[in-house]
Amino acid sequence: MAHARDESSPLFAGNAAGTLRLIFYLALAVVLMVLDQRNGWMWRARDAAAAVVEPVYRLAGLPVAGMRTLSVAFGDRQHLTEQNQRLREDLLLANAKLNRMAAVAQQNQHLKELLDTRHSLELNVQLARVIGVDLGAYSHRLMLNVGARDGVKPGQPVIDAHGVMGQVIESLPTTSVVMLVTDPAHAIPVVVERTGLRTVAYGSRGGDQLVLPTIPLAADVQPGDQLLTSGLGGRFPPGFPVGRVTEVAPAATGMFLVAQVQPAADIGRSEDVLLLHDQAEPDGPPAPAKPMGPPSELAPANAADAPATPPAPAGVSR
Amino acid sequence: MNRLSLMRWWFTATLVVALLLMLVPLPGPLAPFKPYWPALVLLYWSLESEDRVTLGLAFAVGLGADVVNGVVLGEQALRLCALVFIALRFRSRLRFFPMWQQSLAVLVLLLNDRVLLLLVRLLGGASLPPASWWIAPFVGAALWPFLFLLLDDLRARWRIQ
Repeated sequence: MAHARDESSPLFAGNAAGTLRLIFYLALAVVLMVLDQRNGWMWRARDAAAAVVEPVYRLAGLPVAGMRTLSVAFGDRQHLTEQNQRLREDLLLANAKLNRMAAVAQQNQHLKELLDTRHSLELNVQLARVIGVDLGAYSHRLMLNVGARDGVKPGQPVIDAHGVMGQVIESLPTTSVVMLVTDPAHAIPVVVERTGLRTVAYGSRGGDQLVLPTIPLAADVQPGDQLLTSGLGGRFPPGFPVGRVTEVAPAATGMFLVAQVQPAADIGRSEDVLLLHDQAEPDGPPAPAKPMGPPSELAPANAADAPATPPAPAGVSR
Repeated sequence: MNRLSLMRWWFTATLVVALLLMLVPLPGPLAPFKPYWPALVLLYWSLESEDRVTLGLAFAVGLGADVVNGVVLGEQALRLCALVFIALRFRSRLRFFPMWQQSLAVLVLLLNDRVLLLLVRLLGGASLPPASWWIAPFVGAALWPFLFLLLDDLRARWRIQ
C-alpha cells in the first residue's frame, strides 16, 4: 500500500501544499497558546474533558501505586520492623506533644474567649493521596485522588506534616491539581517568626525553593529564620510553617534584600497530604486583630475599630 | 476488512499507550531520562504508514497530550506538527537508512523538538532548564532501534499493513 504512493512522496520532495498545511497548523497552535495564556482555556477544556482524562490519570498512576504495594508486599521483614518501630516512636512523641498541646490549646481557647475572638485552633482537614502522574518536567504540580465530588474546591490550602505544600488550582470530579508553593507563578504571604516582619514568598524561578525578593534593606532577616503563613489575603490560614531562610543577600538592584527559602514541606516525597477545609474567612483580608481590651460588651462602642491591614497579594497569578 | 480494523485499533492503541507512558513518572533521579514517547511512536508510524499520519493527526495527538499534561494548550501540538512534517518530508530517505543512521536522524529530530519547546517556554516566560533536560533526546534516539524493531515485528507477526 505504501509503495503505491511513491509519486506523491518523491525522494527529494518539495510540495507547496504540505508547507502551507504546516504553516496553517503551526499558526493554529500559536494562536491557541496565546489565547490559552490570556484566558486560561486549558482548565475549561480539561473540565469538559474530565470524563475522558480522569481514567487516563488513574491508569497512568497505576504503575506507581503498584510499586508502592509491591514494596510493602516484598519489603523484607527487617526493614518493615524498623519502619514500624520508628513510626511507633514518632507516634509516642507526637502524642506526648499533643497532650501538652491540649492543655495549651485549652488555655488559649479560654484566653481567646476572654478576648472575645472566635478563632479556633481546630483544623478541619481531609486526607488525600498523591497520584503518581508526571505532569511535565518542571511544572510544580501535583495530582491528588480527591476531587469536586469530595468537596474539594479551587483555592484550598494543601499541607503535609511539615508545612504548607501549595493550593488546589483545579478540581475535576474525582481528582484535583495542586500548584506547589515552589511554582514561580505562586505567591504566599508570610511572616518571619522571629521578628514578625511580613512579606511575600514567591516560588523561585530555578526550581524547588522559595524566594523573598522584597525585604527592606533595614529589616532583620537571618539564615535560619522560620517563616510562617501570615494569613493575609485570606487564602492560607495563619501560623503554618512555610520554610526556613537559607541565605540572605542584597538584590542586584541594591534596593532590597533577597532571601532564599527552603520549603518546610517535604515537597518531593509526600505521598499523603492534608487538604484544609477550614476557610473561616472568605477571600480578601481577614478581620483585623482586635486590640487588647475587655470583652466587647464592656468596651465602648467604637473601641473595636482597629487599623485596617493592607491586603497582600496572595494566591495564584497566572 | 478485519485486518483493516485490527490495524486501526493497533494504531490507536500505540498512540494511547504513548500518551500513558508520557504520564507515568519515573523515580526522581531517572526523571530526566524519560524519552518523549508520543514523538517516537508518531515517527514510527509516519515512516511506516504514511497515509495514516497527517499533520492533522499530529495536531490532534498533540492537543490530547496538552490536555492531559496541563501545560499550555497547543504547545505539544506545535512540536508534534513540526516533527511529523519533517519526518514525512524526508520519509523516503529515512526509510532506507541503516538503523544507526536512522537513530541519528531521530536524535536530530528530537533535539530540534527540544529547541522548539525551549523557544515556546522562553517566550512564555519560563527560565532556562538545567543541563539534564537535554538528556531525553539521546535516550529517545538510543531506544529508537528497539522500538522500531518491536513495532515492526509485532506488525509482521499479525500481518497487518
